[in-house]
Amino acid sequence: MHELSIACSLIDTACEAAAREGDVRVTKLTLRVGALSGIVKESLLFCFEQAAEGGACEGAALEIEEVAVTAMCPRCQEPKKLADYSRFCCPECGTPTPQIVSGQELELVSLEILPDAAAHP
Amino acid sequence: MQPRILELRTKILKKNDELAREMRDQFARCGVFVVNVVSGPGAGKTELLRRTLDALSPELRAAAVVGDLATENDAARLASSGAPVKQILTGTMCHLEADMVRSALAQWDLNQIDVLFIENVGNLVCPSSWDLGEDLRVLLCASTEGEDKPLKYPTLINTADVVVISKIDLAAAVEFDAALMLKNIQQVRPGVAVLQTSARTGQGMDEWLALLRRRREGKCRNALKEQEPAERDLAATRMVP
Repeated sequence: MHELSIACSLIDTACEAAAREGDVRVTKLTLRVGALSGIVKESLLFCFEQAAEGGACEGAALEIEEVAVTAMCPRCQEPKKLADYSRFCCPECGTPTPQIVSGQELELVSLEILPDAAAHP
Repeated sequence: MQPRILELRTKILKKNDELAREMRDQFARCGVFVVNVVSGPGAGKTELLRRTLDALSPELRAAAVVGDLATENDAARLASSGAPVKQILTGTMCHLEADMVRSALAQWDLNQIDVLFIENVGNLVCPSSWDLGEDLRVLLCASTEGEDKPLKYPTLINTADVVVISKIDLAAAVEFDAALMLKNIQQVRPGVAVLQTSARTGQGMDEWLALLRRRREGKCRNALKEQEPAERDLAATRMVP
């Protein structure tokens, strides 16, 4: 259940960024989460709701874009999407590769914000 | 009023990452080689570290911090080696974060430590995302856990620099297939360094200690290269055994 730690870090980061914009409320957070990041989406959604209470992110929607795992194939010389995360080899030529290009992301991409009065009429 | 989009593109664990970077810089300045040891519960981290602390002394000044949800049992076991040891109690938290390690180290003079072991909370999922400022991340998988652990937990193994197959003395008793285990590890993390050890019998311990010494010396050499000549002379007396 490390999703609670992730949710708390996420809200800290988002609230800090929102505060720099003045008196605003966050209505949506967009994330990129890699399939190899160790995060369970449902668990993060659950923890987020709890952790957001009382701050600028309270009631905000959480949009999670899942990022597939790709690894650089040393033979084909291009990133390939892996079908099976327990098999780090090129799905086409079979060459083993440890070089992960994507799939470990834990990123806050953007916030959707409204002036505070407008968010809570 | 229309909502406005604020582009951020920032890492969610930015604060932990920044702190880990600061700690890594500080470790480098003080000549501390740092090893983060991760595994599931009961894979033998504490016993491997206890024997390691024993074996490295007095050639290297080793210390350890150890994370658990509760009890100071592991710290007590490690302290029997005579090395400085600190227990981190995480409460309900399933992993260590950089600030917990920093707090645990606050009372120590890092200049007096050559090798620091961080024994993470026993967990094969959660510790993967938190950088602790380490130089080396070592994943332990015990022979008693079976051969398919690496395949079941691709996230953590894909952050590991070294995999240690521990409790190898029990392999025959549990019909552990070492060749299959090696194949599975290479399938999910091609090229990773793999060792087989038994802390109890001492099997493989020489290779493990040699790997630690080699990686530490590599770090010291790189650190010397990056320094100004005057600093280098000072640091050389401290870092090279």
